[in-house]
Amino acid sequence: MESKLMGKAWAYGDNVDTDVIIPARYLTTSEPAVMAAHCMEDIDASFAGSVQKGDVIAAGNNFGCGSSREHAPLAIKSAGVSCVIAPSFARIFYRNAINIGLPILECPDAVKIGKGDEIEVNLSTGEIQNLTKGETYQAKAFPAFLTKLIGQGGLVPYVRARLGK
Amino acid sequence: MGMTLAEAIIAKHTKDPVEAGAICQVNVDFAFTNDITGPPAIKEFKNMGAERVFDKTRCAITPDHFTPAKDIASAEQVKTCREFAREQGMLFWEVGRVGVEHTFLPENGLVLPGEIVLGADSHTCTHGAVGALATGVGSTDLAGAWALGETWLRVPETMKVVYEGTPSDYVGGKDMILALIGKIGVEGARYMALEFHGDAMYGLSLDDRFTLSNMAIEAGGKTGLINPDEKLLAYAKERAARAFEPLFADKDAVYAKSVTIDVSNMEPQVAMPHLPENVKPVSEVAGTPVDQVFIGSCTNGRLRDLELAAKVLKGKKVHPNVRLMIIPASYEVYREAMKRGWFDIFLDAGAAISTPSCGPCLGGHLGILAAGERCVSTSNRNFVGRMGSPKSEVVLTGPLVAAATAVAGHICHPKEYV
Repeated sequence: MESKLMGKAWAYGDNVDTDVIIPARYLTTSEPAVMAAHCMEDIDASFAGSVQKGDVIAAGNNFGCGSSREHAPLAIKSAGVSCVIAPSFARIFYRNAINIGLPILECPDAVKIGKGDEIEVNLSTGEIQNLTKGETYQAKAFPAFLTKLIGQGGLVPYVRARLGK
Repeated sequence: MGMTLAEAIIAKHTKDPVEAGAICQVNVDFAFTNDITGPPAIKEFKNMGAERVFDKTRCAITPDHFTPAKDIASAEQVKTCREFAREQGMLFWEVGRVGVEHTFLPENGLVLPGEIVLGADSHTCTHGAVGALATGVGSTDLAGAWALGETWLRVPETMKVVYEGTPSDYVGGKDMILALIGKIGVEGARYMALEFHGDAMYGLSLDDRFTLSNMAIEAGGKTGLINPDEKLLAYAKERAARAFEPLFADKDAVYAKSVTIDVSNMEPQVAMPHLPENVKPVSEVAGTPVDQVFIGSCTNGRLRDLELAAKVLKGKKVHPNVRLMIIPASYEVYREAMKRGWFDIFLDAGAAISTPSCGPCLGGHLGILAAGERCVSTSNRNFVGRMGSPKSEVVLTGPLVAAATAVAGHICHPKEYV
């Protein structure tokens, strides 16, 4: 995982739910390309067609609330988004993002980020630079166990190691 | 210092120190997926290099979301699940012998008091009603639990929710949980466990208690726990698929927050589009026209729910402009409702009765909404596009309001009919 990321921001409000991130009508498959093609469709029909590799999603509270579908972080990751920044995440989405290797940052200042802002993120330190607005924000640190899990590359390598594979 | 029920259950399943906020490695008693979350879990299980599930009697796949298979792609997903389950010798049931997972599993004594239960479905919190620490996870987490028989859990802070007073006959579990979500909001219990207390709560039927626990996730909760009472323990003992040991919160447990809700003068509650926290007493929105009514789902597809619907619908007709979909959540519920003569009441009223499935709740099949349509639903989510077109609307209610609305053609207090 690159520790420094740079991209343009897509900004959304509070309670972005998993039904708008990837509607259930597309859950007859979990193919990353299909997930990416319909990502954010019911909240922002322009997203899937215009998102660029490396772009960042900035949102309000409780991002990813709703379903346990891992298809949601998978859709965002497959669309090329480099990380999601929000003041808070719904707990299942939080676990899922870590497990599949989609970087997420908990930061109360996420709401200051506007659509199109140029954002630089240092994943090692949690420092977020808003180059457009000339501001710097600090994300919360992960608990020690999660830092280890993220460092190992997510849950799959962790379980492989536990199984001695 | 005393423990909450969540802490007591985690302590029984870990060697790590248990305190709110700590991360513990815990043993898992039961781990299941459905037909949507199953295939990604199977893929990750294989990516982990795992060969066998940790215990084939404690690992299950319940095909309930897009079943009976609604199209070729869904049939392929169920086939992937079926073949993996056969290869592993783990629990799997075909259409006709399964049901909506959160109704079917407790009916079959597969989730039990004092246990840790993981489900790759967010409404796994439903099983908190039997006093199990049951919580939803994604497919990769679930695959890890199948492989190791363990997972990591952050010990949640607990919010104590006390229901006081005596509810009217029009108020049940759905109204009580909607009232809570309206009060604390959709992230009011984020990362927390809810623990339900109070005479009004223990006065509920077990079916209503499942409804209460089911929507803990809609307040952001990890689970919706109820300390087992005699009624619940009798139910669990009669059905248990294995031995179990119920656990209880200590009298001096420390709660991060306490909320008290008086149900005495409560009206039936409804959640308006597009968030479960947009809760209003039914009289405030009475008269709002609807196109469809859905009675079913893991929230309100149990026997008590159908009984209430039958009470309203007896001798009545569904409004000519409304489709009423009734979907019993399991074959046990289906058979019993049929035996009691409620199917005749539903059919005479002009309702459609479907085979157990999650169906339209998540916009799967069996009653999808077109643009501009509004549905009153006894399910749990009213997000944009949840039941079909992103231009449709979902209003969440209990079964009494839903059935009354089907007859009236608009949102309606059930006192108009019973």
